[in-house]
Amino acid sequence: MRHSARIAVGPVQFRIGSDWAGPVAALERLYAAYPQDDMRPADATVRLFAARPWRRWLRPSVHIGGDFIVPGALPLPLSMGLLAAEMGMNLQVALGWRRHLLLHASAVARDGRALIMSGESGSGKSTLAALLGEDDWRLMGDEFTLIDPAGGDAFAFPRAVSLKNEAIAEVAARVDPARLGPLLAGTPKGDIRHLIPRADAVAAMHAPARPALLLFPRFGGAAGIEPMGEGEAFVRLTEASTNYVALGEAGFAALTRMVRETPAFGITYPDSAAGIALVEELWAEAAR
Amino acid sequence: MSAVAAFVDLLAGRRDAATLGPRDWDGLIGVARSEAMLATLAHRLDGAAVPPAVAALFADQRAAAEVAQRQALWEAEMARRALAPVGIEFVLLKGAAYAAADMTCAAGRQIGDLDILVLGADIRRAENALLKAGWEWVKSDPYDDHYYRAHMHELPPMIHSGRDRMIDVHHTILPKTHRITPDALALVSDAVTSGGGFAVLQPTDMAVHCAAHMLADGDLQGGLRNLWDFHLMTRGFAAADPGFWRQLDGRAALHGLQDAVHRAARLSRDLYGAALPGGWDRQDPADIWFRRRLLARDDWGRVTQPLLEQAFYIRSHWLRMPPAMLAKHLWTKWQKQHS
Repeated sequence: MRHSARIAVGPVQFRIGSDWAGPVAALERLYAAYPQDDMRPADATVRLFAARPWRRWLRPSVHIGGDFIVPGALPLPLSMGLLAAEMGMNLQVALGWRRHLLLHASAVARDGRALIMSGESGSGKSTLAALLGEDDWRLMGDEFTLIDPAGGDAFAFPRAVSLKNEAIAEVAARVDPARLGPLLAGTPKGDIRHLIPRADAVAAMHAPARPALLLFPRFGGAAGIEPMGEGEAFVRLTEASTNYVALGEAGFAALTRMVRETPAFGITYPDSAAGIALVEELWAEAAR
Repeated sequence: MSAVAAFVDLLAGRRDAATLGPRDWDGLIGVARSEAMLATLAHRLDGAAVPPAVAALFADQRAAAEVAQRQALWEAEMARRALAPVGIEFVLLKGAAYAAADMTCAAGRQIGDLDILVLGADIRRAENALLKAGWEWVKSDPYDDHYYRAHMHELPPMIHSGRDRMIDVHHTILPKTHRITPDALALVSDAVTSGGGFAVLQPTDMAVHCAAHMLADGDLQGGLRNLWDFHLMTRGFAAADPGFWRQLDGRAALHGLQDAVHRAARLSRDLYGAALPGGWDRQDPADIWFRRRLLARDDWGRVTQPLLEQAFYIRSHWLRMPPAMLAKHLWTKWQKQHS
């Protein structure tokens, strides 16, 4: 393709091809400090392309493709090319990665132990992970957490954090502006701005962390903690996994082991400060 | 060298993986994924000298394919439990059949929907039994539903509500409206029992169906995979029975599919280096279009010759139904798309 980039996030080496220079340049800026190994073959291919040649210039719209394509997926305007690239990378991992059990969850680590947060869009799992990652936690990722089926360790997928709507201002107030991507306003997912993880989080992206605490956050309402049974945590995580069924028995074994060994809680919180306080409180208990 | 050429050479064993540069692998892996053959390549190159990252990816693919095959055979077992009580026997087709019979081409082969073949007389009862056992219709469109029932060689696809897996129930191997009418009764009555306990087509019929599916019915989407199946199965069958090619010729004639079977044999020779016996080892100038279509992928896994792709798409419809009917069908489809 005309323009391309190679990016390694956690264990996944991507190559991203694009009909336009813009999305590739934006990606390369976000991922400039990530380790580069030009000799390493790509595990996954992402393609950002125009459906018809003239649509490269005329009302340019970016279709997302690659090894796996979702038929009928709507294209994005070129101004949101970076979002298209991010969605393309997520898609290829979600549908193609088999080495780990994939959880749609954010994660942070401390002392080699992982806090995993699973929740639907709007639960605040990304924001909490981003904010914790600015404290003395290592950000492991805001979208996917990878579980090694054999050993049970969590592995990081620290892509650039996708901050949405109100979270943008909240995080922007705390970080060096050079770590923020361009504001993508009015996307189908609302306003989006990417946050480049801290250099230490990127440097440690291959280091495993033992799952120590599972949280299912829900943003809104009074601060509250609800202990969660193994069964419910299991069912929720099967729903949060994109490859649980495909992994078969290995996925089942990894997940049952995780919910048996890892305390799980549902938390509700009215604002980020309260959410972080709850996290620290539960962590102090779990990490003892 | 293009990635798709390198891919075919690696499968054929014409090229040593150790001669590939690190940059060659991107395109190879991309092409293999586009053809749904990455796990097949992983099996073919098991033990070969490949970069560590590729070896790790291949190991993932082999493990995942093994799980997927187990799941596919479980799905076949579910169909058996639904159909056996009403006395309907079925023959497994394609990927699940290759896995059940533990054939060479099953190694790493992706298996999509469960394809089964029942006697035409059993088709309605089979449908009812599956509906009772938890399968449901996928298509709610009345035109599509009618189209399948009136003209196709299979029921409208059904999906199991609990397991989310599709089943295609065939009563023959080509659409009813196709210019060629294979002998469906012979296919079912001569089926054999595989090691896994499921009925599968006997060797010659299996090769005929593989060629028919690739060349007489489809538009050559996934053609490299179908051709790889054909190549490995005919090689294996011929090794087990020296009379195989002669029998295949006769059986292809019975089904009216000699042209397709011979073309599949020539293409497997041209692409994968198959050794063909006398009477098969010929040249046909038209084969070049098939080879071009099969190899029309760039290093990013994209189809490179959209006009050729379109031509094969039209050809597949042309073979499937008479011209007037084709026109009516395409018109109806077009209207629905644009309404």
